[in-house]
Amino acid sequence: MTQRITKWPGVELSAADLNEGKVTQTRFRPNAKYAWSAGEAMSRFLAELQNGRLIARTCRSCKRILFPPRMFCEVCFRPTDEWTYIQDTGTIETFSISYLDTDAKRIPDPILVGVVSLDGASPKMGMMHYFGDMTKDEIRIGMRVKAVWKPWEERRGSVLDIRHFGPLRKDAK
Amino acid sequence: MTFLERTTDARRFRQWEGNVEADYIYTSGVAGERFFVALRDDGKMLASRCTACGLDYLPPRLFCEDCFLELTEFVDVPPEGRVAAVTMAHLDRRGTPLSRPQVWALVTFEGIRGGLVHRLLVPPAKARVGLAVRAKLKARGDRVGAITDIEGFEPVRS
Amino acid sequence: MRKVGVIGAGMTLFRRRLQETGKEMCFEATKMALDSAGLTRADIDMVVNGTAPDAFDGVHMKGEYLLDGCGGYRKPYTRVFTGGGTGVFSSIAGWWHVASGLADAVLVVNEEKMSSCQPHPQSVFAHIWDPILDRPLRPNLVWIFAMEMNRYMHVHGVKKEDIARVAVKNKRNAVGHPCAQLADPKITVDDVLNSEVMAWPVQRLDISPPSDGASAIVLASEDFIRRRKIKDRAWMSGVGWCIDSTMWTDRDLYFPEYVARAAQTAYKRAKISDPRREIDFAEPYDPFDYKELHHLEGLLLAKKGEAPILTREGVTERDGDLPVCPSGGLMGVGNPIAATMGQKIGELFWQLTNQAGKRQIPHEVHTGVAQAWGDLMPLWW
Repeated sequence: MTQRITKWPGVELSAADLNEGKVTQTRFRPNAKYAWSAGEAMSRFLAELQNGRLIARTCRSCKRILFPPRMFCEVCFRPTDEWTYIQDTGTIETFSISYLDTDAKRIPDPILVGVVSLDGASPKMGMMHYFGDMTKDEIRIGMRVKAVWKPWEERRGSVLDIRHFGPLRKDAK
Repeated sequence: MTFLERTTDARRFRQWEGNVEADYIYTSGVAGERFFVALRDDGKMLASRCTACGLDYLPPRLFCEDCFLELTEFVDVPPEGRVAAVTMAHLDRRGTPLSRPQVWALVTFEGIRGGLVHRLLVPPAKARVGLAVRAKLKARGDRVGAITDIEGFEPVRS
Repeated sequence: MRKVGVIGAGMTLFRRRLQETGKEMCFEATKMALDSAGLTRADIDMVVNGTAPDAFDGVHMKGEYLLDGCGGYRKPYTRVFTGGGTGVFSSIAGWWHVASGLADAVLVVNEEKMSSCQPHPQSVFAHIWDPILDRPLRPNLVWIFAMEMNRYMHVHGVKKEDIARVAVKNKRNAVGHPCAQLADPKITVDDVLNSEVMAWPVQRLDISPPSDGASAIVLASEDFIRRRKIKDRAWMSGVGWCIDSTMWTDRDLYFPEYVARAAQTAYKRAKISDPRREIDFAEPYDPFDYKELHHLEGLLLAKKGEAPILTREGVTERDGDLPVCPSGGLMGVGNPIAATMGQKIGELFWQLTNQAGKRQIPHEVHTGVAQAWGDLMPLWW
């Protein structure tokens, strides 16, 4: 029956119709502000970032070392058991070379960003972060990296206390 | 075993602040365009008519919510309406006390389904259900085709 | 469980900006679906609405806001929402209304009006990220796809040319779609490869566009279909849905395990033991070109790493052995998130009842599969 439909509904507008007010319209800008409680696991995680360390939680049941840390194991569905520090070194699992900023605006110097799996956590567990001290031609999946921390006085208890992950040199421990 | 047992000192909990930024342009739509252009250009309000159900809708709609007929016929809303419900606002939408209470009303029109919520331009003591009112519009040159082209509803002087 | 059939479908044009309000778009699509089934609103027992984040339209509780346009006035009405997965999940919700015996005839109406959001819907996508772990890095939504695509390419050694073929196929398929936003009969692999790099490996023509649009389907029980002597119907023989860990940095992104699990549930219900042989065509979710490949493998219609090879060999063309996205998909028709039900469930209905017009698969087809995915999670029918 749809084959017989000759006019499919919808009145298309151009960007100018909207932005120059050629059709009637109403504008609104909400102002929604939040304070999210970080909770038990994230509060400790943030406090440890300020100390220049990465912390995880262990689950005795599945024997995983969970990072980012969480107070319950989503697989075993029971509370996790212990805090444990993991290393600030790891491996690039995947990455992107982004010419877009947050608002999809174009930027000339690309951001290197990706997922790093961290040494000491269970396989594949890690975080998203920036990569630095390497060019877009040097970055590759499988590359070994290490956190580059901000100086102590600049740390605020945020993932940004790590400036980025940079190449792990062989002579470094 | 609960998480609470593990919460040794809740004062250590951190919080993270942020806002949800967004910005919008809402089109009036097909029926809404008819309504707001008539309001802006001719200073009158239109309702859309469902000939099948014998209903007129204000604000006008493109379709009858009951029989689902597409509505293409528009009729003038009578100039005089009545206050169906009324409230006094003492706080603004952020919770700040207002210097003078604002009167808000739902205004309905005889024979028309729906109505408009708007300012009622009377002192709080005079605001009451059943009051006969009519729309007070901004001057032609100040109207842009939005609900704020109506300043509010004022009593019909008899 | 009762047998459930799709008996009608409708959709609006998909465009970057439509004048219609969300309600008005819903009305147009719903009316078309009812007309195509030969029913009126009075025949409908219950209504399901599917629509993605409120932040796109900029109307809080927009499921309720859209109600009258969806035909929900004074009916049992529910909104379901699973991000991009809503495009198929709302149909699953409609299915359980009928399969359970609660309703005989159900409307499912999906809508998105992304043009309200200024300057670009991209800006509200920022709020889907974890506020503590991810948002301080000021991420862009495209990053997620770029990282997943890169991982997929790396694990299987896939070349960008082979991924670009999906964009070319779907944008060409969309030429036959009356609602299409980005159909292009002349597009080539080089056009895709030479388009602007947004977040490598994602380039501009690897991405489907934001759109305004609505789509609707009518579902009914076997008994209702027999009583009303409805001829055009497509049976929903199986449904499945699944979600992975939301701790997304803990997963290996190269394979969508969640899609495989959802697919297995649905195939089992439909008594399909060899999907590659028993399924005639597929409408997997393709907001990005590589996603079609990723999802084909998740749907067990290709072995891991095999989907790009099938694409290169022409197997997934409309006249191939396994046509994929004959509608033109999201890449060609447009991506008003939840409303992509029109290219997924709607297309299955139109293809299986021989109503797809210029898009009709040239050989006979009896079984199709549609799948959608959202916010790092997946679903399928």
